Amino acid sequence: MADCSQAGSGRHSMDKSITLPPDEIFRNLENAKRFAIDIGGSLTKLAYYSTVQHKVAKVRSFDHTAKEVDGDPLYEISVQEEITARLHFIKFENAYIETCLDFIKDHLVNTETKVIKATGGGAYKFKELIEKKLKLKVDKEDEMSCLIKGCNFVLKNIPHEAFVYAKHADSEFRFQNTHPDIFPYLLINIGSGVSIVKVESEDKFERIGGSSIGGGTFWGLGALLTKTKRFDELLQLASRGQHTSVDMLVKDIYGGAYGSLGLTGDLIASSFGKSATTDKEFSKEDMAKSLLHMISNDIGQLACLYARLHNLTRVYFGGFFIRGHPVTMHTITYSINFFTKGEVQALFLRHEGYLGAIGAFLKGAEEDNPNQYSWGENYAGSSGLMSVSPDLNPMQRVRSGTFDMLEMDRLERQLVNLPLLQDPSSYIPDTVDLTEDALARQYWLYCFEEALDGVVNRAVASQPDLPQAVERAEKFRQKYLHKLQTLRHQPFAYGSLTVRSLLDTREHCLNEFNFPDPYSKIKQKENDVALRYFQKVVRSLEKLPWEQRQFALVKGLLAGNVFDWGAKAVSDVLESNPEFGFEEAKHQLQDRPWLIDCYDQWVERLKGPPHKCALFFVDNSGIDIILGVFPFVRELLCRGTEVVLASNSGPALNDVTNSELQILTERIAAMDSVIQAAIKEDRLTLVQSGSSSPCLDLR
Amino acid sequence: MASLFRYFQPRHLLCATGVVLAAAGTAYLVQRLSKRVELQEVPREPEEPTKPCTSPSPAGHTAEPPRLNKPPFPWFGMDIGGTLAKLVYFEPKDITTEEEQEETENLRNIRSCLTSNVAYGSTGIRDVHLEMKGLELCGRMGNLHFIRFPTQDLPAFLRMTRDKQFSRLHKTLCATGGGAYKFEADFQTIAGLQLVKLDELDCVIRGALYMNSSGPSECFYLENPTHPEQCFLKPYPLENPYPFLLVNIGSGVSILAVHSRDNFKRVSGTSLGGGTFLGLCCLLTGCSTFEEALEMASRGESTQVDKLVRDIYGGDYERFGLPGWIVASSFGNMIYKEQRDSVSKEDLARAALVTVTNNIGSISRMCALNENIERVVFVGNFLRGNMLSMKLLAYSMEYWSAGRLKALFLQHEGYFGAVGSLLELLKSS
Repeated sequence: MADCSQAGSGRHSMDKSITLPPDEIFRNLENAKRFAIDIGGSLTKLAYYSTVQHKVAKVRSFDHTAKEVDGDPLYEISVQEEITARLHFIKFENAYIETCLDFIKDHLVNTETKVIKATGGGAYKFKELIEKKLKLKVDKEDEMSCLIKGCNFVLKNIPHEAFVYAKHADSEFRFQNTHPDIFPYLLINIGSGVSIVKVESEDKFERIGGSSIGGGTFWGLGALLTKTKRFDELLQLASRGQHTSVDMLVKDIYGGAYGSLGLTGDLIASSFGKSATTDKEFSKEDMAKSLLHMISNDIGQLACLYARLHNLTRVYFGGFFIRGHPVTMHTITYSINFFTKGEVQALFLRHEGYLGAIGAFLKGAEEDNPNQYSWGENYAGSSGLMSVSPDLNPMQRVRSGTFDMLEMDRLERQLVNLPLLQDPSSYIPDTVDLTEDALARQYWLYCFEEALDGVVNRAVASQPDLPQAVERAEKFRQKYLHKLQTLRHQPFAYGSLTVRSLLDTREHCLNEFNFPDPYSKIKQKENDVALRYFQKVVRSLEKLPWEQRQFALVKGLLAGNVFDWGAKAVSDVLESNPEFGFEEAKHQLQDRPWLIDCYDQWVERLKGPPHKCALFFVDNSGIDIILGVFPFVRELLCRGTEVVLASNSGPALNDVTNSELQILTERIAAMDSVIQAAIKEDRLTLVQSGSSSPCLDLR
Repeated sequence: MASLFRYFQPRHLLCATGVVLAAAGTAYLVQRLSKRVELQEVPREPEEPTKPCTSPSPAGHTAEPPRLNKPPFPWFGMDIGGTLAKLVYFEPKDITTEEEQEETENLRNIRSCLTSNVAYGSTGIRDVHLEMKGLELCGRMGNLHFIRFPTQDLPAFLRMTRDKQFSRLHKTLCATGGGAYKFEADFQTIAGLQLVKLDELDCVIRGALYMNSSGPSECFYLENPTHPEQCFLKPYPLENPYPFLLVNIGSGVSILAVHSRDNFKRVSGTSLGGGTFLGLCCLLTGCSTFEEALEMASRGESTQVDKLVRDIYGGDYERFGLPGWIVASSFGNMIYKEQRDSVSKEDLARAALVTVTNNIGSISRMCALNENIERVVFVGNFLRGNMLSMKLLAYSMEYWSAGRLKALFLQHEGYFGAVGSLLELLKSS
């Protein structure tokens, strides 16, 4: 807080420090409403709600009552404007506050906003400035309530929000699966002091304790001991120091371990104990380290005592003492492990710095009912987790001095877990965690970078008539390339890095530049071709004896899956040889046994009574869905099994979307009486998965 | 042996720190202390639960003098901690003429040297005010003396033991504390003494229980801790002590849950202890002794150094029921340069004392709640002459538990480990 009072002097040179053009930071200001601001000791967090107008791809069936002409497209593709809600959160140093307020004032068109919700220690201090600049009335909200509200919101809406920090592991950040029920939990907020809050539900929380030994103690006492003014500098001193020269260890008293109590020799018996008994100079680094250990251990111990007393196992840590600093996350984690013998894990939050702003915003936005919707982190508009470790790459250090953003899109509907999931809390949709597997990470990042040109080309080709497609596609390339580079250095930026998250990030970036469905034309063409072969495929299957037919159906499913534009090897072949056909794919399938091969059990099962219902998560358009999935579905329907086809709600790669599938199903029904009857009798139903991702996530 | 009185402060001087805060309470303490000496003269009750040397003697053998079981003089018990070494010495007062004739010259030397001085070398001190007169121990009547010196002066102590030819009287010495392990070889090579190493917590508990049962006013508490004006010391007859939480504040802190004499466990501890207070004071103020640090603290104000709830919220934080005077952040005001420049050393010492003490209170309270124990007994040399901390502890126990928890203190604060090892000597022989 000492720094913000001095910041005024450098105000005029500030604009230069803003490395990103402000309109790329305060995005969507024209439609912004409902502002909230959280002003802390050194950082300001601004939140607003806005609407984004963006393009969506729609498909519409032609009127097929007229006689079909060969070569006519199957359905019409159109790009339409749609308005969706988006939450913007921006974090910047207090030094920029005036510049930022000026910028907002100049761009704020919306006049119905009258109030700005404010929280944080600095809200009082900047009240007048905000009211003068923005002509909005500052409405103060309680800091702790905002924090809790914000915490509930991110825990509920952002997968991989919480993580465990392990300094010496292969990946420092181990992201936690979101538990469907986030309550109850303990939040330890380490600001100047420490508050320990037990949260039992959305509206019920209680401060059950606290401590005066917190971040202010580290900073204040550290400044006295080392004559170092800044908090960050103190942390850097600490990271270089050796606490053993200042602290009295068990071995300094015992000469070794205190075996009968299980206290090891290296345990600190008395913090600063050596400075009481030896007359010598201690280095700044060593004293800062000793102080850091003393405070972290103390907080960890109290946290454990409170967790035990209230029987809680989920303990989240936040506050400026923690805020992404690897040094403090490490010492707190160590302390918690020591005191609970591993029973409780110290959890940290990716968006910890935004909690207050999110909470204050939510308090002001209750009439929009933000808590009734599901919100998803927009990877294109969000900066991601930036470590402020001094020894990490320089790119982020530049960034930490400027602006950090979080954007969240309102999803069209409230998402729920697939009810069939046995244990949603232990369900992990991804097979490989690229944050942990460095080799796989390098490989996939390379694949996505290599495939980028092709994606850009397809994006341009999907909008031959729309303006600036080439320029927009180029901007998309730059943005996604930048994301890939960020992820190479900081794989943990958006939680666990997975092939799914890489694909999602690409979809978000494409949408950002108004390429809602780059594959629309390709999908259309493939669907068209495949439909022509449908009857032929079904007829040839029906000629086969039962056992052979079952095998051919399964092979058809597998072969159809080869037509996946997501896999690099296949997209190479398809790009170079459009004639590559279904039959050829079947021939290229490996002989059994396949990698995962339950075929024998499957056939045995088929000899028994029919399944009651089958749920399919369908994948690719064209040959896969029409020649692979539908004949298989048809066979099941004939056996008396009901079938549900779940497809993506929004476009992703060449995956068939729900609206496309509806048209395809209609067309197939027109050709096939089995399908037609099943639709009529509700034995074949189509549902949306709620997802716009190429990978399956049942949560 | 040169007697330097520089570091010697009789109890009433130490209590001066308390006087500043609450004259009434301190006066009571001094009064009561002199009264306690009288109480020592009162014959002890015949049966004491922890009385040593009462080897089970079948009826009919009562005529047998119990002296046969006891070890030869001198009787010592020692506790070598991280900062201070504590020594208790039993001076027999019932020496017969026969014994006196038999008594070797070096034994007499040791006895007169220890009992005729109140300070040894430049740093050794005999806490005269704690001396227990007319104590019956193992069938002998005498005085129990309490002596301490900094652990770093142990080499000088060992040379003295060598010079006094202690090893001709005893080959062994009962000792506890980490130093018993760390300096075992030095005892052997310098003083020719074999250490009988005893478990620290065992000794502290035995010592505390013994002392509690040997003097009716060993245990006391602070009445009205939440009202500084009316706060005073009161004896607490700890007759049925179990269960209790024993918080031993030395350089560091150990917290024990004691359910019976032999059933106890170390439930927690913290590295923020007396060593932290003194260490920080040395660094922040340039002082060099605990007494100096305490004296400075008594003259300082921590509210300049600490950030209080009212500094942040302008008053009480009503949403959470936190009064404005509560410390929100220890040393929290020291993040501002102007305030660092204007703060006094006394204020810093006071803040260090308050920080460490409140933290010990807070952790002890949480341990008491987790263990479901209501009586918390604070011991250890951090409390020596430290009325400020005792008041803070008594206050925080009462305030935060709404009166459910009680902070208790023992007169012989830091000597229980040494007493415990003396008892062990008498038991083992």
